[in-house]
Amino acid sequence: MNPTNSLASDAWSALSKNRAAWFSAMALTTMVLLVLLGPLVSPHEVDQTNWSKLAKPPSMDDGHIFGTDDLGRDLFVRTMYGGRISLMVGIVATLVSVLIGVSYGAISGFVGGKVDSIMMRIVDVLYAMPFLFFVILLMVFFGRSIFLIFVAIGAVNWLDIARIVRGQTLTIKGKEFVDAAKAGGVSTFRIIFRHIVPNLMGIVVVYVALTVPQVILVESFLSFLGLGVQEPMTSWGALVNQGARQMESSPWILLFPALFLAVTLFCFNFIGDGLRDALDPKDRTNINE
Amino acid sequence: MRNGFSLFFVAILLAACGQDEESSCLVDDGWVVGGESGSELAIDQIFRRNNGAEPGTLDPHRAEGVTASNVLRDIFEGLVAETANGEYTPGVAESWVISDDGKVYTFQIRSDARWSNGDPVTADDFVFSLRRSVDPKTLSNYSSMLYPIKNARDVVRGEMSSEELGVTALAPDVLQIKLEESTPYFIGMLSHSITYPVHRPSVELYGNQFTRPENLVSNGAFVLAEWKVQDYILVSRNKNYWNDASTTLEQVFFYPLDNANSTLTRYRANELDFTDTVPSEQLPWIKDCLADELHVAPYFGSYYYGFNMEKEPFGGNKPLRHALAMAIDRTVITELVLGAGQIPAYTFIPPVKDYAGIPPEWATWTQEDRNKKARELYREAGYDEANPLAIEVVYNTSENHKRVALAIASMWKQTLGVETALRNQEWKVFLETRRLKEDTEIFRGGWIGDYDDPYTFSELLHSENEMNHSGFANEDYDALLKSASEKSAGAERLKDLQDAESLMLETMPVIPLYFYVSQHLIKPWIVGLEGNALDHHQSKYIKILKRERLPSD
Amino acid sequence: MTNLKFIFGRLAGAIPTLLVLICFAFFLVKSAPGGPFDFERSLPEEVEKNLREAYNLDDPLYLQLTKYVGSILTGDFGPSFQYRDYTVTELIMSGFPVSLRLGVAAIFLALILGGTIGTIAALNQNSRLDYSVMFFGMVGISIPNFVMAPLLVLIFSIALNILPAGGYANGAPLHMILPVVALALPQAAYIARLTRGSMIEVLNSNFVRTTRAQGLPLNTIIFKHVLKPTFLPVISYLGPATAAIITGSVVVEQIFGLPGLGRYFVQGALNRDYTLVMGVVIFYGLLIIGFNLIVDTVYGFIDPRIKHNR
Repeated sequence: MNPTNSLASDAWSALSKNRAAWFSAMALTTMVLLVLLGPLVSPHEVDQTNWSKLAKPPSMDDGHIFGTDDLGRDLFVRTMYGGRISLMVGIVATLVSVLIGVSYGAISGFVGGKVDSIMMRIVDVLYAMPFLFFVILLMVFFGRSIFLIFVAIGAVNWLDIARIVRGQTLTIKGKEFVDAAKAGGVSTFRIIFRHIVPNLMGIVVVYVALTVPQVILVESFLSFLGLGVQEPMTSWGALVNQGARQMESSPWILLFPALFLAVTLFCFNFIGDGLRDALDPKDRTNINE
Repeated sequence: MRNGFSLFFVAILLAACGQDEESSCLVDDGWVVGGESGSELAIDQIFRRNNGAEPGTLDPHRAEGVTASNVLRDIFEGLVAETANGEYTPGVAESWVISDDGKVYTFQIRSDARWSNGDPVTADDFVFSLRRSVDPKTLSNYSSMLYPIKNARDVVRGEMSSEELGVTALAPDVLQIKLEESTPYFIGMLSHSITYPVHRPSVELYGNQFTRPENLVSNGAFVLAEWKVQDYILVSRNKNYWNDASTTLEQVFFYPLDNANSTLTRYRANELDFTDTVPSEQLPWIKDCLADELHVAPYFGSYYYGFNMEKEPFGGNKPLRHALAMAIDRTVITELVLGAGQIPAYTFIPPVKDYAGIPPEWATWTQEDRNKKARELYREAGYDEANPLAIEVVYNTSENHKRVALAIASMWKQTLGVETALRNQEWKVFLETRRLKEDTEIFRGGWIGDYDDPYTFSELLHSENEMNHSGFANEDYDALLKSASEKSAGAERLKDLQDAESLMLETMPVIPLYFYVSQHLIKPWIVGLEGNALDHHQSKYIKILKRERLPSD
Repeated sequence: MTNLKFIFGRLAGAIPTLLVLICFAFFLVKSAPGGPFDFERSLPEEVEKNLREAYNLDDPLYLQLTKYVGSILTGDFGPSFQYRDYTVTELIMSGFPVSLRLGVAAIFLALILGGTIGTIAALNQNSRLDYSVMFFGMVGISIPNFVMAPLLVLIFSIALNILPAGGYANGAPLHMILPVVALALPQAAYIARLTRGSMIEVLNSNFVRTTRAQGLPLNTIIFKHVLKPTFLPVISYLGPATAAIITGSVVVEQIFGLPGLGRYFVQGALNRDYTLVMGVVIFYGLLIIGFNLIVDTVYGFIDPRIKHNR
């Protein structure tokens, strides 16, 4: 019943059988490489304007393979730079929130009683702070730094994970193996991190898979409000937002960043699904077989 | 699963192709307007305009900003009114006499002027209202505008009672206003909302709730019918207005939409007749597809970048300021970045009536020559490629400000090698940053004249003016302004203001960039609107023509 | 009985939560740079002095806070700084019905759509149907509101000309369709994924497999034993979903020009409308506390294994 045994190798073998996840992992790796290396290959700079080429559609001749934006800046380079920011924000902020959220939720749900009540009350209080307000104020205080976006999103998002994890913990807590461990005199801390948390992996991984894209979307929401990263730096969210305004007249300004954004979100989701199947500690057979 | 991906790519590609073909215009232009005669009126005289934001208040004495004045101009009327093209014309006052020294104005109030509840509008109403405007207890944002009136400054400062304001009712229909100095633009100020009359009994009865639709008594061509905050303001025709006979519209909706792109789509879906502005990134499309409905007119406003003169590196470094000013290609900004027909500016004050500033010599040069000179000055200022200037531009969050800032940063970089960081702040933070002058280096500025006289701009750079955000302080400049305000209207006064402006441009505490234009989309069935320098559009001049769908073939 | 006790306990517990919330909001707002009286045209000193007095800004902070808490107890959120003719209570009461209508409709749509899609996908796990359903679910997640909304407008209002492009029109159903759809789609997609994952887990559990082995028909098993545990995580997700809908409504309200709380909120923060911002924050806080209480109660009913601690 102990699921931690060879978790990684199970995951690996299952994952390599899941074609969607496999394909996504490769696509994502390609994307990361492209985002990192692409700008090095391109002759254009991220903030270089060209007044004779405003909002030109993609063309191979002049090296603007994704076209230019409405200030004549190369969209390929901007999309790559935007990808760096978006991926970084998504991953770092998610890690922050998962770390806090899982520990918090598991402890709260398992320990129960007054501790649970107090811990969840704290979450309630933080929940009752509308997230948006929190972030707007932070952005206003400290200007628009990327670091702040990490902190703001990460510090707020853990609430979701904490609650979900707590809910699941409450369910798992009633299971035989936990009772058995308790009866065997295992310490609370050990039960939580050796028995409960590994059993939460399924839901946590699904949640991470959902959260990275979600965080990337939150960043884009901030961009919509004009609170995203500072120009001339950019993110996919900012580019998509810019493109959405001109989707009729210059669709490529929307399409390329949106495509990258969507494919990335897709990949994370498929990988999440694959991992979920792989890491699910329970023996499984398809009910419809 | 690969199917899924390829499906997705195909879908995107299809969308892309579809979009490409579509970018030929998707506009609703199948209308015949005006019936057979071309001027036949519609049965429903309802005008729907976007007002850009929600007014903070409809109390004319506490209101601030364009959005409130647009509504107030319809529901109130001052002593002086405006024609559709922005000329001043008698309003509640049917005539006036100005004393020889220009310091005493005597107004004859129209005998048929009525409040919307039927009460007559009297000279006493104006005495009450002007006193209320300057009373610091009213908490007015604009009371300082009334400083030209005798004792107004002391009243606003709380050093005098509002009863001592230089305003008297000589008779129920005769009003006298005494001024501190002859103020040639005073008549223009009397069309501003700060001077509108309010209905004394309802103000006294309802307090700050007198602006509610159910309470508001006003004297304009329209009355407030409904006010749903963030939804719409509805005004309807005032049957008691003295000139109601020439009003055609029955109702006007003011929508507070602040998203220029959704405003455009709602306009295209025929849910709006008039937009407050147009999104500049959509201008190329609009010029292709809605050219006939785009109305652009010069607007009495100036867009500039200011230097913080109190700090390094700009304080005391004149060559540097000039270098940065010259390295900006204003034509690129007005034609490519903004593209609505804004006018490149080399002087600070937009041309108004008989006034035009004298541009510096380099205004006539080619941009290449300017760049060359700019590089020389840049070196003279102590910077070069090895030792580039690094500065920060602060602007308030807005798509257009961002585009201009990016363009300028890129020009400075390409011409001089200046490293420019951009910082956008939201409005209130921006105002504070700019006011404190602590960590600003270069800031965005823009000013729309309050009345049609150059002085509304000149005074901004007076050393004691609170809105002098660059910290420009020049005794000669202040002296020229003082000398101008002591003179009555005429060429000599304008000469003083012109000299002052030239003096300022020589020092260059601000870089003039362009003069504003007003931009509206107006449906073809709207007539009676004319472009004017203050961008005032009053509903009482508007008519809605009959419109019919073209028979589809 | 225990449930009633639980509910009362939680209600009593909400009071300190609210107090903390109020203090938090209060000090956060107070420490923000830029004041409500920073205008393009600076105010004369005397006027500013009177303004500060009128809004009690000159009192020491603790006194301002006490006065504020006191007036909230009487249901008075104070006068708005920005909308000077209105009180915050009036503004909230005018904006809330709009947001509520929008949000409730969006949640229901998301639940029905997401639940159905997720169930279908789970029951046909790894089939072509599963993939295509989840694929379109993911398209829903991947397109931000601010792209989806103008896209819907472009298609349904401009090209097809069958739905209004915006405006509230006193909540006319026709005007609500596009905003509700734009708001619900991403949440529907999340719920679909959650439902699918959770249902597969339940279907694979020993309990269900045993029941199956006993020969009960699949439909009976699903309705009797699978749906309830499947929707536990979904119900857990309702809290975050509500928060996401509130956030999303800011975008949707702005794009469609709806006079909801989300718009007041952003406007309030930008204009340093202290009282309005705090009012909206506290109001949302109340809502979320109430909502969590409901979710927890429902959770308890569905899964009796969870014992309420109180």
